[in-house]
Parts: sequence; structure tokens; C-alpha cells
Amino acid sequence: MIRAVIVMNTQGKPRFAKFYDFQPVEKQQELIRSVYGVLCSRAENVSNFVETESIFGPDSRLVYKHFATLYFVLVFNSSENELAMLDLIQVFVETLDKCFRNVCELDLVFNYSKMHTILDEIISGGQVLETSSSEVMKAVEEISKLETASNSINFVSKTVSGWRG
Amino acid sequence: MEQLKTIGRELAMGSQGGFGQSKEFLDLIKSIGEARSKAEEERIIIHEMETLKRRLTDPDIPKRKMKEYIIRLVYVEMLGHDASFGYIHAVKMTHDDNLLLKRTGYLAVTLFLNEDHDLIILIVNTIQKDLKSDNYLIVCAALNAVCRLINEETIPAVLPQVVELLGHSKEAVRKKAIMALHRFHQKSPSSISHLLSNFRKRLCDNDPGVMGATLCPLFDLITTDVNSYKDLVVSFVSILKQVAERRLPKSYDYHQMPAPFIQIKLLKILALLGAGDKQASEHMYTVVGDIFKKCDPLSNIGNAVLYQSICCVSSIYPNPKLLEAAADVISRFLKSDSHNLKYMGIDALGRLIKLNPDIAEQHQLAVIDCMEDPDDTLKRKTFELLYTMTKSTNVEVIVNRMIDYMISITDHHYKTYIASRCVKLAEEFAPNNHWFIQIINKVFEHAGDLVNIKVAHDLMRLIAEGFREDGDTVDSELRSSAVESYLRIIGNPKLPSAFLQVICWVLGEYGTADGKYSASYIAGKLCDVAEAYSNDESVKAYAVTALMKVYAFEKMSGRTVDILPECQSLIEELSASHSTDLQQRAYELQATIGLDAQAVGNIMPADASCEDIEVDKDLSFLNNYVQQSLENGAQPYIPESQRSRMDDISAIKSLDQRETVSHSLRFEAYELPRPPVPTSIPPISPAISAELVPVPEPYHPRETHQSTSEPSVSDDGSSQVKLRLDGVQKKWGRPTYSSSPGSSVSTSTPSPQKAVNGGSQADSTGTVSSKPTTYTSRNAEPEISLEKQKLAASLFGGSSKTEKRAPSATHKTTKTHHGVNKAHAAKTTAVLAEVPPPDLLDLGEPTVTSSAPSIDPFKQLEGLLDESQVSSTDNSKAVGPNKEPDFMDLYYGTTMTGQGSNFVDLLSSNKDDLDFTSELSKVTANTGQGETIVSNLAQFSKGPNAKASLEKDAVVRQMGVTPTSQNPNLFKDLLG
Repeated sequence: MIRAVIVMNTQGKPRFAKFYDFQPVEKQQELIRSVYGVLCSRAENVSNFVETESIFGPDSRLVYKHFATLYFVLVFNSSENELAMLDLIQVFVETLDKCFRNVCELDLVFNYSKMHTILDEIISGGQVLETSSSEVMKAVEEISKLETASNSINFVSKTVSGWRG
Repeated sequence: MEQLKTIGRELAMGSQGGFGQSKEFLDLIKSIGEARSKAEEERIIIHEMETLKRRLTDPDIPKRKMKEYIIRLVYVEMLGHDASFGYIHAVKMTHDDNLLLKRTGYLAVTLFLNEDHDLIILIVNTIQKDLKSDNYLIVCAALNAVCRLINEETIPAVLPQVVELLGHSKEAVRKKAIMALHRFHQKSPSSISHLLSNFRKRLCDNDPGVMGATLCPLFDLITTDVNSYKDLVVSFVSILKQVAERRLPKSYDYHQMPAPFIQIKLLKILALLGAGDKQASEHMYTVVGDIFKKCDPLSNIGNAVLYQSICCVSSIYPNPKLLEAAADVISRFLKSDSHNLKYMGIDALGRLIKLNPDIAEQHQLAVIDCMEDPDDTLKRKTFELLYTMTKSTNVEVIVNRMIDYMISITDHHYKTYIASRCVKLAEEFAPNNHWFIQIINKVFEHAGDLVNIKVAHDLMRLIAEGFREDGDTVDSELRSSAVESYLRIIGNPKLPSAFLQVICWVLGEYGTADGKYSASYIAGKLCDVAEAYSNDESVKAYAVTALMKVYAFEKMSGRTVDILPECQSLIEELSASHSTDLQQRAYELQATIGLDAQAVGNIMPADASCEDIEVDKDLSFLNNYVQQSLENGAQPYIPESQRSRMDDISAIKSLDQRETVSHSLRFEAYELPRPPVPTSIPPISPAISAELVPVPEPYHPRETHQSTSEPSVSDDGSSQVKLRLDGVQKKWGRPTYSSSPGSSVSTSTPSPQKAVNGGSQADSTGTVSSKPTTYTSRNAEPEISLEKQKLAASLFGGSSKTEKRAPSATHKTTKTHHGVNKAHAAKTTAVLAEVPPPDLLDLGEPTVTSSAPSIDPFKQLEGLLDESQVSSTDNSKAVGPNKEPDFMDLYYGTTMTGQGSNFVDLLSSNKDDLDFTSELSKVTANTGQGETIVSNLAQFSKGPNAKASLEKDAVVRQMGVTPTSQNPNLFKDLLG
């Protein structure tokens, strides 16, 4: 089972965090901080796996991938395959890339809720739900379409300035 | 897709803020991004929270605004601030009819609330309604929320709807419904135990996505109960076969692999089903063998599937062909340059080794390499493997390696872990006691506070007992060597407490035993310890008791004891100690020294720490003393059972016999839970009872503490005295003994340790003959590198190894260069985009500046702007007011008309456009070391993305958000 998905930049600022078993806010911060502490101390060209039992408790592993300015981190237990998790990060990022066209950190900052939408299509309740990024995109697209449609119905009258869809 | 993008972009550009958010939110993100310190960030967020608090209470906020506030709340909470004041608004938002708002609401509540939160009750009803909605997206949103928010009690409220949704026409809904059911199963297996057949049904779903999702719950179910799912083996095998043969839709291909995630899940399930089941395993052999052949060994995901296949092969009933294939893959993993693959190789090796120990032999060198790798993860994984490989033949090398590593790390958690592993291995496989003691000493020295105290006790016991079968000489040699090593170590600063306790104990017991060291030398050392660690009471306690032993042994051997002055002052200090335990020990020491040799010999027999202490529960040795006292007119002891009757009698007695009355009353009040002592106890000499009090600590088993108090009761016979002693006993009794954990060691029976020793003995003889791994023979210990070279020569041949490494290294460098190029290209173009169009013609400057990435791009920008002012006069295409201070206005001007894309148009109209990017990359390639990006994506190459980043930049600039000097890389393409 996947226990958490964290995206943070190389300076340790969290950009996205989702925990599949509930963690109180302070605990989340502590976890993110300690994960960052581990990640930033790791050299380049070492493996993408980290033992994190001291952070996340027994039977927990962490896989991270460094993209440009961001770390993508998956925390999971022994029922998952590390290499596959590494590719799951890849699926996630590729999907983001499809969605935002050349995705960059700024896209993630400004599209916080969209990231959640995408991730919810990939992982549900800690289980890998869908791994085909085109399938995920299809779903996300559909959601966006309907959302914008409902936007135009509901908002056009209320908003004066150009919220058009 | 394309369409979505345009919608997204247009939306982003069209709304006043861009990206669908208001300027305010962007400003917040920007200012947080620019915050120079944590305190500043904190201040900004607190300010933001106050704003939100104020706004949210406003009764008529437009819904669109409300949505943004909720997103901002989520953002604030992600940054670690409590946003609970807004939870209720998120909950309210889930009630909204608008899809966007509802989804936002659900998103927020799933992030904010845990399943036991009070507000959940307000959502359950909405979820129920939404699960019945016609709009499948609403249903999906509700199902997402169900996974997170429904707890055991609320499961029944939504269960019927969720089950119904398993048959929904949309596969997305079916998938999520399965996940929701799976979640229910995790939370409370009993709640859906009658619905498990649904998972089987969904396995046959037409949609591969749904089928794949079903594998998750089935995996869990099979893990708990293999036998009820044996009938599915054939189905799983046929699914896996179809997947591997690419029968699934193309969209499930991932990096040219057919549905690898589904393959992995299936292999995991098969591993469970085939474990120890020959018949089931036979079904699997063909398909797993096919996968070994078909997997693409070059892609990461291909290796993931291969690794899972190895796991499967090592779990099911063994098949020689498959094992061979697995071994081939493992050797490829281990020889790979990728640390990830090495890691997986080590892990896989650990699995296969259980079936075939010989396999390790051919990979010895790779394993050694991994063990010496600077990558901690890999190192630890290797130690994990070595731990399972340890035998009596290689235990010394492995444990020494572990200890070296243990010394080098600071991570307490892992230090504890590896220390315990060292101890365990040493206990199990130690070739001899001497080595064992050395190892344990090392462990204690470097990780003493992290080691279980039991290890210290075991060590003391081992030193005390030795190997009985080895004879006394060996034992005493062992002790002497222990004493010697401890005398060496004792001077080291900052030794851990547990280790010092062991040292004190051993010095006390055996310090003077071989006559090599004088009592005063040992005593001096012990006093030094007590002084150096004056904060640690248990160390002091051990030291004092050790002193007592040293002096007692001296006395017994008939030598005169002169107490060192520092020792004397220590005793005096401790007699006034706040700790009653220390006080007692100090007094005991004094009392013991004052006794004659024979008495000392009785209470402190030399080298008797392993002897069982026989407790005379009847206290027959006191009989004489009691008899004497009785003859002298003392009151006889009255058993408790008779005392109540005594009370009645005494009540009748005359009033002037107050004392009797009073002490009979006191008997009542204190209700002593003491087993009755026979009334006819003959008197006994007081000398012995005096001796009994200062019995040395470590010799006390539980029972003695009763016996020490008993005699004092019968001693005086008067209840007054007894009551007083009672108080003392409570103060001195249990806590005293429990505070010296060493006591239990020396008195407990030696059988368990002996069993362990015996076991390891047998083990070692058993394994020596088989001699399976050669790489860690004992003589390899001092110079592993030589050994390694030898091995390298014999296994791989020196030259071939370097040859193999060389090309990959160059490959790596080219890869990074590639990444650098792109990054720089992107960055420089980003810089360029800030320059007004006229400047774009002048390509010289930006190329130069880009080669020095450490320079603030904005400084450069300012410089460029100056120039632009000059050049713009020449340029006929001057756009907007081109003044330096408000160059942002310029952007508003330009983008107003063409929505940002005109930038790109301008750029692409520039005929030099393509050339300059290529030139840029050339320059950056030459300068080489700018920022390096780990680009794991060889296969995921994309064209130059200057256009896109320009576009993006334009949008952002239009909104007034500028990436700051601190974070100029915000635009860096993640997949670049």
C-alpha cells in the first residue's frame, strides 16, 4: 500500500503532499522535513531508494525521483515493488506533463487542485488504480470539461470580469 | 488533449489572475516563494490566515471566491499551519450542486479531516446522495471521499450504494467502487465479508483497468487466506499470459511494455498462490518463463517486472530452469551501473539464496562492491543480505564490517538496529569467547546506550561462566583478557553507562583474580570511574559494589586492606548520598571491610557469581539466636493468623499495659503480608544477623530480601522495632534491588546461555565441513582488498572490468550534458523572454550571460533593458512604452492584444530563432558545469521547449508574478 505522495522542491518547500493514512498537520510537516533532510543529503548517482523506518515507522520504504527543481517522493510498504514505484512516479510526471505541456514547478504551484485530480485517478486509497497515463488524461480531461461547463452556467452571470470557459 | 490544453490556457489567461486563481493567491504564493527566512514565511501565512478567517465569515461571498479560499486553506495547511477554522466551509462546499465546487469541497475535506473527525457526520449524508447521482463525476468524487472519510461505523451507511456501483456503466466508477470496497475491507474485514465474491466477479470485467484494480483487494485477500483462492490460479495465469502477449489495448502499454503494473500485481499474487504448492506452481512455469524472455531489460519498468518474476520464482515451488533464468537476471542487475538495479539485485539475491546458497558464490565480488558503496541504502541492503548469509566461517568479516559501518553512522535508529544484529550474529556464530567479548565490547563502546541492557547481562554471564566444557584454565584466560581489555578501555572518555556497568562488574569480580593487578590499582580505577561518571547512579552503584568485592577478596586472601584515600572519600560521599541504594552500598562496603576474613569469605565467596544461592526460607540458622533471646525474656513471635485473637485478649487486659495494646493495634494498622514464621524459633547469635544485612547486592535473588527483614523482626521481638524496620524495608526493598539489574543475571540459572553456546557450537561444526562460501574466510579479515583483488582476477579478470565501466561513464557524461543543454536553453530563453522584442535580435549578450548561471537573471535583465532603450530607437517594431521601471507594463500591453502567443509569434518570426537556441546549447555544452540535472529519461526525449517556456513565462509575467532570484528555476521543464 502506498502511504504518501510528496512533492517538494530542492529547497525543501512542500509543493504537494498527500498522506493515505491520516496524519495531523504538525506530523505531516515533521515527516516532510525529515524526508527532505534525507533527500538533500543524498549524493547524485546513488539509488533512488531510501530506508525510512526511522521516519515512517516499520515496514516503510521510500522512492524518490529528482526532476529539475523538484523531488517526487512515494512512501509505501513492502507489498509494493520499488522499481515499479519509481515508474509510478514517472507515470505521474508524464501525466502532469501531458496535462500542462512541458510541466514545470510553477505549473504545480498554481495548479494545486489539478494535481490532486490527477493523482486521485492514479492512486486511490493507497492502491495503484490506473497506470496508463493516457487513461488518466482522458478522465482528467472529462472532469475539466464538465467543470468548465458547469462554471460557465453558474458563474457567468455572477462574474463580471472575463471568467470564460 | 490539445483541446484541453487550449481550454486550460485560455482560462488561465482570460481570468484576471491566470491559472484560474486570483492575483491575491498568486501574490501569496509568490511572497512565500520569496520569503528569505522561515520566520518571514510564517508571518506571511499567519497574515493570510487572518485574511481567510475574516473573509470566510462574510455571509455573501461569491461561490467562485469561496472555492479559491478553500484552495488557499488547503495550501496554508500544506505549509504546516492549522486551518481548522475553515473546515466547516469545506464541508459546506461538498453540499453545493456545482460540480467544480463540490469536487473542491471533497478534495478539501479529504485532505483536512480524518475518518473520526466530528464533521464527518455532516458529510455522510451528502456522500450517500452523491453516490446516487446521475453525473458519474460526482459519483467518482464521492467514492474518492468514501475511501478516506468513512470509518467502521459509517460503512453500513454507504455500503449498499457502493456495491451497486460495482455494476455501473462507466469503468472509472467501477474501478473506484472496487477501491472503496477494498478500503472497507482494510478497515473492517467483517463488514464486507459477505461481499468478497464481488471481487472475483470484477476480475472478469471487460475493462482492463477495472480488472487491474481488482487485483489489489484480491492480493490482500489472498495474503490472509491462500487456500480459498487456489481455484483462481488458472485464471490469473491466463490473464498474465494475455497481458504478456499484448492482448490488452495499446493504451496500457508503458514504455513499450504491455501493462507492466498489472503484470507485477499478478506475479505477486501468483507468488502467494504457488508458495509450497507444486501443483499450482506447475501452471505458472510457462508464463513466468515467457516473461523472463520477453521483458525488455533496458527499461526500468522491464526490470521491475523481471524483479517481480524473480520474487515469484523464489516463492513458488522451485523449478530449475526458472531459477537459472532468475540467476541470470540477478547477475545482470548486480553488474549494472545503476544503483537501483544493484539494490534490486542484492534483494533478489537474498531471496534466491534461500533456495540455492551456491548462487552467492559467483556474485561475491559484486556483493563486496555493494557493501563498500557510498550509497547508504545499497550498503544497508547488502548488510541485510550478509546477515542472512552469515555462517560461522564468515561471521568475523561480516560482523567487523557491520561494526565499522555502525561506528561511521549517526542515525540512531539504524545504529540500534545494526548493533542488535551484530550482537545477534556474534551470539549465534561466535567462533570463540574471546572474539565474542571483543565484539560485544566494540558494540558497547560505540553504541552502548542503544543496546538492549540484556546484552550487557549476557556478556557478564558469559564472562562469569565461560564455556564450562573448556575447563577452568580457558575460562580464567578469558577473564584475564576481559579484565585487561577493560582496563585499557576504561580510560576512554564518555563510555556508555551499560558498558561501564559491565566493566565495573568484571573488574570487581575478576580484577584481582589472576594476581596481575594489585587491589589498589583496580580500586583506583574503579574510584576514577565513579568520579568521572558522578551523574550516573547505576555506574556508581556498580563501582562501589565492585570496590567491595575487590577489598573483600583481598581480605579473604589474608592481605591487609588499606583503603585508598580517594576510595575513602568516595565512600564517605556516598554514605551521604540522596540515593538510598548508593547509601546502602556504601555502608555495606564499610561493614564488610570491618569484618574478619572468615566472615567475609562467607558473604563474599570468590568467583561464586554463577553459584546458585540457596535460600533457607525457614531461617533455621537463626534458631539459636531466637532461642537465646527468648531465654533472655523476649516476647515470642506470634504468627499473623493468631494475632487477631490476641487483639481481643489484649483489649480485655488492663489499661496500664498500653504498650501491648498499642503494638497490637499497630499490627492491625500495617497488615503485614508476611508468611508466618514458626513460633518456636530458637535464639541465634547476633553476629550472623549483622552479617546478613550487608550481603553484597548481586547475590540477592528476590527471596533474600524477605530473609533479611525477617531476622530483624524476630531479632528484637518487639513490634515497635519491627514497624520501624518495615518502613526501612519498603524504602530499601524492591526499588533497591530493581535498580541493580545486574543482580538477576548472576543469580539466574545458566541454562539459556549454555543452550545458545551449545547450539552455535554444533552449528559451527556442521557448517565447517560444508564450506559453502569462500570469500569470507577468517584470514580475509585484515586485508579484504587483497582478497578482493584476487577474487576480481579470478572471477572477472582485471582488464575486462575497467573496459566495461569506461563506455558507461562516457555515456553518463553525455547524458548530463544533454540535460544541461536543455536546462540552459530553457533558462536563457526564459531570460530572453523578459527582454523586449527588439533585443531578441541581438543574440550575443544572452548567450554570454547564460553561460554563467550563477548570475541573477534579473540583474542581467536590467542590464539588457538599458540596452534595449538604446536599441529600441533603431527598431521600428517598438512595442508599448519602453521605460525601464515599468517594463511589466510592456507585457500587459503586448499580451492584451494577442494573449501571450504574440510573443511566440515575434520569436518565431525572428529568423535566427532556431539558430540561437542551438548556439546556446553549444555554449553551455562547452562551459559544461552549470547546474546538472539528473535526467533519468533517456527514452523520454523532447524537442527544444523554448517556445513553451516563453509562453508560460509570458503568462506569468502578465499576472505580475516574477520568479525571483532565489528560485529562477521555476520554469525548468521537469521532463527536460
